[in-house]
Amino acid sequence: MPNDHNDAPPAPTSYSFPPAEMDRIHALADTGTYQIRGLGARRKLPSFDDLVFLTSSVSRYPLEGYRERCDTRTELGARHGAAPLELAIPITIAGMSFGALSSAAKEALGRAASEVGTSTTTGDGGMTPEERKASSKLVYQVLPSRYGFDPADLRQADAIEIVIGQGAKPGGGGLLLGQKVNARVAALRTLPPGIDQRSASRHPDWVGPDDLRIKMEELREATDWSIPIYVKIGATRVEHDVKLAVAAGADVVVVDGMQGGTAATQDVFIENAGIPTLPAVRLAAKALRDIGMERQVQLVVSGGIRSGADVAKALALGADAVSIGVAALVALGCNRPSCAGSNGEVRDVREDYIALGTTAGNCSHCHTGMCPVGIATQEPHLEERLDIERATQAVVNYLRATTMELTALTRACGKSSVHHLEPDDLVALTIEAAAMAKVPLAGTNWIPGSGAL
Amino acid sequence: METLNCEVLGVREVNRALRRLPARSQVRVTNTYGKHNIAVGLDKEISITLGGNTGYFTGGLGGSSDGTGPDIVVDGFVGWSLAENLMGGSVRVKGSASQSAASSARGGTIIIEGDASLRAGISLKGATLAVAGNVGAMSGFMAQAGTILVGGNAGAGLGDSLYEAVIYVAGSIVSLGADAQVEELSSDDILAIKRLVEITGFDHIDPHRVTRVASARRLYHFSAQNHGSY
Repeated sequence: MPNDHNDAPPAPTSYSFPPAEMDRIHALADTGTYQIRGLGARRKLPSFDDLVFLTSSVSRYPLEGYRERCDTRTELGARHGAAPLELAIPITIAGMSFGALSSAAKEALGRAASEVGTSTTTGDGGMTPEERKASSKLVYQVLPSRYGFDPADLRQADAIEIVIGQGAKPGGGGLLLGQKVNARVAALRTLPPGIDQRSASRHPDWVGPDDLRIKMEELREATDWSIPIYVKIGATRVEHDVKLAVAAGADVVVVDGMQGGTAATQDVFIENAGIPTLPAVRLAAKALRDIGMERQVQLVVSGGIRSGADVAKALALGADAVSIGVAALVALGCNRPSCAGSNGEVRDVREDYIALGTTAGNCSHCHTGMCPVGIATQEPHLEERLDIERATQAVVNYLRATTMELTALTRACGKSSVHHLEPDDLVALTIEAAAMAKVPLAGTNWIPGSGAL
Repeated sequence: METLNCEVLGVREVNRALRRLPARSQVRVTNTYGKHNIAVGLDKEISITLGGNTGYFTGGLGGSSDGTGPDIVVDGFVGWSLAENLMGGSVRVKGSASQSAASSARGGTIIIEGDASLRAGISLKGATLAVAGNVGAMSGFMAQAGTILVGGNAGAGLGDSLYEAVIYVAGSIVSLGADAQVEELSSDDILAIKRLVEITGFDHIDPHRVTRVASARRLYHFSAQNHGSY
């Protein structure tokens, strides 16, 4: 029925209660439970996108892009005299469990990393023989759950990573919902098949930094001090945690910002806990500098790293290397609308995304185990969709191209090694990023929060 | 029998020497003085006596997935996380153990002749833990598989969030944790306890007069209805 108000503009959408928030509340009201999902924070956060490089001009001169060498070699973990990990590139593959990922996905990541000369990391489900075989440099995680932890695997690892927390859920344990806990996953984790598995959030055998020191010594004794030990933390109180990890004896500190992914945790946790990767890098680098451990203890940064630009900015702010998780999965084919099997046949899988209630490009349904492209699944008919050879080549391509992006920027800054990038090479585009990264706002010499106003 | 003096050699050299010993060797480590990480990460079948008190992680990360490993006797008290992640073999402590004894142990047998403190058998994954005396609060927390035998009393929150591990308590239980329940003792249970009594020598335990605690399996799947249970 027409009335006088027909020409009036529509009422503005509520900021506090937009349709999406109402949908969320309706879902809680319908189901009585919260949303569990995979991947990392979706909300807009201050990030490396808010920084740009001041590349060379008259005051500084660049290296020739395709002619002059730009070193990407990276050494991790020599602090205590163990054999360090010597990587060809400063980009490593983060810990992702067999269980969360299919065995084929783990194998493809391992093979790709080996081909480009970098490391992969186990995860919350033990080390599989396929993974050990595929990855020439394998970091073995010591997680709170200790699922499948085997001293024999420890002895064949190239490094150890004690996981205190994860950027997606610092202070929280993982979840692996029943549909992914098949017989092999269950056996590896000593759990009944099909249960909703809750990983512990605290280690069972130590509490606090003094214990951690002794725990590290135990792991060193068990490996005859031959391999380095990393400590991975979710970014919260970064300065304190980095200093305590180093005091406890860490050779390498891994700091995972809130954009870091997960296979499954509460959405409320992913979006509301921890700090973004941008301030985390700078705080961690400062902590190492404060205690005179810069470059002696290496800093690995993770959480939403996607491109060579992200890597370059992380390195400039003080990281020695980065670790990628979600980006590596995307390179494998995560969120692609189609997949190509081993026979080269391309299969359109968009319908499978819709069946999960999502679309290709927006899927974070890792927790369901029904990954349309065969990566985050334990279903044999889905796992078949990932062709190991193709997936390996895809990750190799991605890692090489990303490294080229990194060296292109580095050369343009006039540096012959990616490890020579420094905060002076950067300025910020937003006041927030300037304050968090402690680099000047572009066009000014203003670093908010440093010194008197 | 070979003797290794921990005070002279230090823990690192003691562990190196232990690793080098051929199977079926017998060795005694003296002057342990509560040091941490003695006899960790050993997988060969050797007999080790630690002649005194030891600290954290004694005998940790020992044994192999086939259930074999060193047999370690501690002639004293031990600190936190005795035999953590044990895979095989045995560890016997003549005295008492501090917190998190046998944490996450996947195989082998851990025997404590005295008491064990808080969180004994936390995250247990298939090993057998036998304590002659009492165990502290939150023992058997999130234990996934294996057996815990308590000859004395158990503290508060016993077997909280248990998976498939089974706990037998000869004495009293202060309280059960979330999702733990007392179940009827079957003839199989009695047989298992008898065998444990034989192995451990804990003959003060009457296999017929023991309480069996296991998971009610109500928390195996997420449900908002369980919110108050945790």
